[in-house]
Amino acid sequence: MSLLISSPHAHGGDSIRANMLAVILALLPAAGVATYLFGWLAVFLILLCMLGCMAAEWGCLKLMKRPLSRVGDGSAALTGLLLALTLPAAIPWWMALVGCVAAIVLAKQVYGGLGHNPFNPALAARVVLLISFPLNMTSWLVPMHAPMLAALPPVDLYNFGDCWSLFWFGPEALGKGLDAITMASPLGHVKTEWSRGIGAIEALRNYDYSYLDAFLGREAGSLGETSVLALLIGGIYLLARHTITWHIPLSFIVTVYVLAAVFNAVNPEHFAPPLFHILAGGLMLGAFFMATDPVSSPVTPRGQLIFGIGCGILTWSIRTFGGYPEGVMFSILLMNCAVPLIDHYFRPRVYGK
Amino acid sequence: MLPALLKRFGLNQLWPTAGFPGGVHPVEHKITADSPIIELPLPPQLILPLKQHIGEICAPLVEVGEHVLRGQKIAKSQGYVSASVHAPTSGTVVAIQDHAIPHPSGMGRPCMMIEPDGKDTFDESRPPISDYRNADPAEIRERIRMSGIVGLGGAVFPTFIKMLRDQRNPVQMVILNGAECEPYLTCDHRVMLEHAADVLRGMDVIMHAVNAKNGVIAIEDNKPDAIAVMRGAIEAAGMKDVEVRSLPTRYPQGGEKQLIQTLTGKQVPEGRLPLHIGVLCQNVGTALAIHDAVCLGMPLIQRVVTVSGDAIPNPANVRVRIGTPIPFVLAQCGLQDLSGVRLIHGGPMMGERLPRTNVPLVKSTNGILAMKREALYSEQAVEEPCIRCGHCVEVCPVGLVPNELAWHCRNDQFDRGQEYNLFDCIECGCCSYVCPSHIPLVHYFRYAKGQVAKIEKERVFAEQSKVRSEARDNRLAREQAERAARRSKVRKQHAPAADGVKKTAADTKKAATTTSKTEDDKA
Repeated sequence: MSLLISSPHAHGGDSIRANMLAVILALLPAAGVATYLFGWLAVFLILLCMLGCMAAEWGCLKLMKRPLSRVGDGSAALTGLLLALTLPAAIPWWMALVGCVAAIVLAKQVYGGLGHNPFNPALAARVVLLISFPLNMTSWLVPMHAPMLAALPPVDLYNFGDCWSLFWFGPEALGKGLDAITMASPLGHVKTEWSRGIGAIEALRNYDYSYLDAFLGREAGSLGETSVLALLIGGIYLLARHTITWHIPLSFIVTVYVLAAVFNAVNPEHFAPPLFHILAGGLMLGAFFMATDPVSSPVTPRGQLIFGIGCGILTWSIRTFGGYPEGVMFSILLMNCAVPLIDHYFRPRVYGK
Repeated sequence: MLPALLKRFGLNQLWPTAGFPGGVHPVEHKITADSPIIELPLPPQLILPLKQHIGEICAPLVEVGEHVLRGQKIAKSQGYVSASVHAPTSGTVVAIQDHAIPHPSGMGRPCMMIEPDGKDTFDESRPPISDYRNADPAEIRERIRMSGIVGLGGAVFPTFIKMLRDQRNPVQMVILNGAECEPYLTCDHRVMLEHAADVLRGMDVIMHAVNAKNGVIAIEDNKPDAIAVMRGAIEAAGMKDVEVRSLPTRYPQGGEKQLIQTLTGKQVPEGRLPLHIGVLCQNVGTALAIHDAVCLGMPLIQRVVTVSGDAIPNPANVRVRIGTPIPFVLAQCGLQDLSGVRLIHGGPMMGERLPRTNVPLVKSTNGILAMKREALYSEQAVEEPCIRCGHCVEVCPVGLVPNELAWHCRNDQFDRGQEYNLFDCIECGCCSYVCPSHIPLVHYFRYAKGQVAKIEKERVFAEQSKVRSEARDNRLAREQAERAARRSKVRKQHAPAADGVKKTAADTKKAATTTSKTEDDKA
């Protein structure tokens, strides 16, 4: 049984490394917007998470006596980048490192490493952080360019020294409290206003919300989730490169849009408009970069459509009825659980059967 | 512009597309597309394997030392699914013995060696059926059977079997397969360009033999010259029922089932033949061989082969006698030194690696590729874990889930493998071609198919042994019973006297042993 004799003798040239690097490349616009909004903090956090994940991967491979060259396949670096982009900019560095270890050790290597993790590692790590450190994970740093704020941002994030102190020693180092330098994200604002009996339209009006700012990313939020434009550029690149297919992102986004549109049409005062849902929070990041994670999503096209629709329903439901303002992360992780079942029931039709 | 853009983003799959699902676009490398077919000289010795087809091995009809003529039948088909072998030239049979054949195992099989006498005298015993249109279809099919013709696309299934007429499933459409989707190979392309009229006549023979109304010549759109030439030939011949269809270039467009799906929109039902949906599919080269057999009276003794690859100084399409040693063919194309050269028998997607170079060219050889600089993927692939990207599912033309299937096959879970439709795999290699983890999926499927066949064989053998052993036990028991019955019958006849004597003798003996035992105890 020698491998030397078996056809095909030609190969298309695709590789795991090339795929991972392509996704990292596709995330660069979003990382660029993050740097524009959060200055040096974004740079520090992204570098820390990427290095942290690669170090955790290296340690695991060493302990498990697996080839150490796998650190270089780009998957750990990508997990680090994705994790960083889902974190608030003001998170303490050690929490981010806890996230890295959770992503690589808990969510990936204990299941057997690359290709065996049932959940998206970056999202699983984010859940660990959200449950462990709820305050820090929901405090959004005031960005450098937020048109809804009349005043200048409380911290000059383009100042290397200030950012360095803020990153390693927290806001206290600058003589400020966490409250003083953070604000609510649009989704969080709507949720809080709802709890006070104020409808979505009214809430958005008093937030000074604009669709254009949301599209370009000039708002508070996690590092990489704010700019729909930057994420779309990356997503379209991945589609054109055929690293991902349209099935999951399209069905995910369309489902959220349709659900939001229907409910908004029934009660426009209470339910947020569909466009707000599309542009808000981590939907674009989730739909193009998280839900499409090959390992934890279905392999068949039909299965991917089901997966995307499920993500969409859960996202809208959690945003509207759940305790958390954002539902993208939970919806993807919940649908990850359903992947083996989806793969089993939605196989393609076999020729002649 | 717009369709190309939609295709780029996979949006053309939003609605059902024409043709088969999946497929890949490997680099074509059709460097010999413009090289006219060259006639190769006779080699010093021809090696003819007695089995060059799917089915039973042939029995030699001639003996060592006998003189044979070109086209003379030298080995007779055995059983139904089989095809005879004919002498490719006149000469002397010098040996009938095992020799290596083009097979990845490198194992020897019975072959006949012929030393050409250089005269190339033709065996005239089978006259051409020049007026085939008025001939009995049965006679034509018999001629095709007698001529040892098999599918020359690579499957080498005896052609006459596919052409048997079935009253319940009349053939509506004859498809001539000129897709030639494998990279490098151009032999069918050149045959269509240079022998268009003969190919068309061969197709006409097939259509007459199966009484088909329509004919389609299917050619991939990367061969516009062949499409034009075949259209011209149809016009010249005035055949109104035959048309040329240009197909999108996509591997494996030339797979029989995929081609039928593209052309008719229908799928061949599981476990049935194309005949059951009224279709007969033949390769372009086969049509030419049928023309030669029927219109020229020449059995299948030669074929066109593409000799290509980066190690070949002069890549070419050559017409070669079957049985010509492959090193001789390579030497004619300028490649003398075979050290460090990897040989592939067929195309790069479905061809086989040749572990031994000294093998003959056979009926199934559509290409010989010699690679030196370009690394063969199958040699250097380092398998990495599956990341479930689903590309293999996307490209599988049969609709399998190759990553799951490979998982089961690799872990010897063959029953689960069959649940995942292992035996529907056509081994086209698309899944391995796109796999970013370099998993040799097709290799696992072949392994599993082989193991399942082996297990099945062992099961049948065990069952037969069980039946045999049970039969033996029954027989022994029966014989014993018969013996006992006979004995008691004899005993009854000689009744009391003999019985009494035996008893007394036994009693005396018993008494003796008891006494000796008691004496021992005392001591």
